[in-house]
Amino acid sequence: MKLTEILPTIIFEEGGEWLNVFIQPEELVSFVEQLRYTAGLDFDYLFCLTCIDWKTHFTMVYHFSSTLHRHNMVVKAKLDRNNPEIETVSDIWRTAEMLEREVYDLFGVKFLHHPDLRRLIMPDDWEGWPLRKDFEDLVNMIKL
Amino acid sequence: MIEEIGRTTEGDLIINVGPQHPATHGVLHLVITLNGETIKKVEPHLGYIHRSIEKMCESLSYRQFIYVTSRMDYLSSHINNHGCALCVEKGLQIEVPQRAQYIRVIMDELTRIASHELWWGAMAMDLGAFTPFFHAFRERETITDIMEKTCGARLTMNYIVPGGVMAELHPDFQKDVKHFIQLYKSKFEEYNELVTGNVIFQNRMKSVGVISKEDAISYGCSGPVARASGVICDIRKLYPYDIYNKVEFEEITEKEGDSFARYVVRLKEMQQSIRIIEQLLDIIPEGDFQAKTKAVLKLPKGEFYQRVETARGELGVYIVSEGGTTPYRIKFRSPGFSNLSALEHMVKGLKIGDLVAAMGSLDLVIPDIDR
Repeated sequence: MKLTEILPTIIFEEGGEWLNVFIQPEELVSFVEQLRYTAGLDFDYLFCLTCIDWKTHFTMVYHFSSTLHRHNMVVKAKLDRNNPEIETVSDIWRTAEMLEREVYDLFGVKFLHHPDLRRLIMPDDWEGWPLRKDFEDLVNMIKL
Repeated sequence: MIEEIGRTTEGDLIINVGPQHPATHGVLHLVITLNGETIKKVEPHLGYIHRSIEKMCESLSYRQFIYVTSRMDYLSSHINNHGCALCVEKGLQIEVPQRAQYIRVIMDELTRIASHELWWGAMAMDLGAFTPFFHAFRERETITDIMEKTCGARLTMNYIVPGGVMAELHPDFQKDVKHFIQLYKSKFEEYNELVTGNVIFQNRMKSVGVISKEDAISYGCSGPVARASGVICDIRKLYPYDIYNKVEFEEITEKEGDSFARYVVRLKEMQQSIRIIEQLLDIIPEGDFQAKTKAVLKLPKGEFYQRVETARGELGVYIVSEGGTTPYRIKFRSPGFSNLSALEHMVKGLKIGDLVAAMGSLDLVIPDIDR
């Protein structure tokens, strides 16, 4: 089964240890659902979910693995930095619920239709998104 | 958070466990909704020991950031260091000398035993048995002494560095480890007599906190927690690093997925670690303990991911490099974080007394979750 049959618009990225694909954020859920449930792919284990701040845009990074076939894959999606929004995958992989809350907490990425999107690590009344590159911490003075 | 304490409109009781509570092994705060004594909801509140390690690493060089990672999962600090060192080596394509690889694996396994020992004592203490804690610490002390001689530290070792290890082994190392193995083997039966075979212990652990294989995978569980549900997930076997492909050991799995299965997996894993150490201890090759590397490390532009098996499960080190001397972004996929997310699923519908048995069997280390 070719990945381009599932989604013709994906862009393959060269380099890296595993297969890297770029997709449009709107297509995320329909694409990863296929990854999870198509026989032969069976990516049932989401082992890493994170975000990278590239100053001009965000990149969401999903690391998938299959416990049946032992293959790995990385899916990435570019987000608008001023209004980062993406659909949640927490109904497909339960672990995503906490991981997405962490990304929301530290980057301010909004996960649409997430069951419980609140701050996880920082206090509820905290302002700012600490892992963004333009975040300035006046108390602890971490300078990049 | 204060308004959450009290009663809900349906008459359910909301109580707090932690952040300062002996059973949470650190500063974990759980808000529990109870119907009578039955657990309806468990909500972890994190962040009491959040030090923003990922942010700090962005301003530290590739030699410096190793030191911070010892403070994540402090019970398997060697393995954290190992994962980071391997990730940097992957980027720089450094060939690590054989001697260093052997030393690293032996150190990893010693750490695993020490970590499981501590967990074993603490687990029994959670259920009200105080004696096992002293037994566990007696053996663990021997390992910390071995570590202290070679690494100069007892908890945050910082011994494994990019290119190899920090320093040569202490001349007594092999003798001390052999002494430890002998001591450990003579005491192991005691563990089973004291705790494993105990009827009260078994009744409190069996069919408590059950998680099925599918759920364990979906919740991203790894390490002994997933293996107790029958998931084959040992990174040492699946994606061997250093010389793990040369040693013989069994991957322990159980089917039940309850707290007792997790207990059994860890106990058997300790013996497998002993087996690995025994295979390697006498054949550590001569040679350099560190590859020759430049004083300032610069990773090429790109992304590097390294998985290692810590005592708690799969640790992932994800470095995004822009070609500079510091990582552009670094992400630690910590095993405890995902294991904790499965807690609510495990304990829903159980009595509150069982919460401690289920939580203890997850072997949570809070600094590893908060980072």
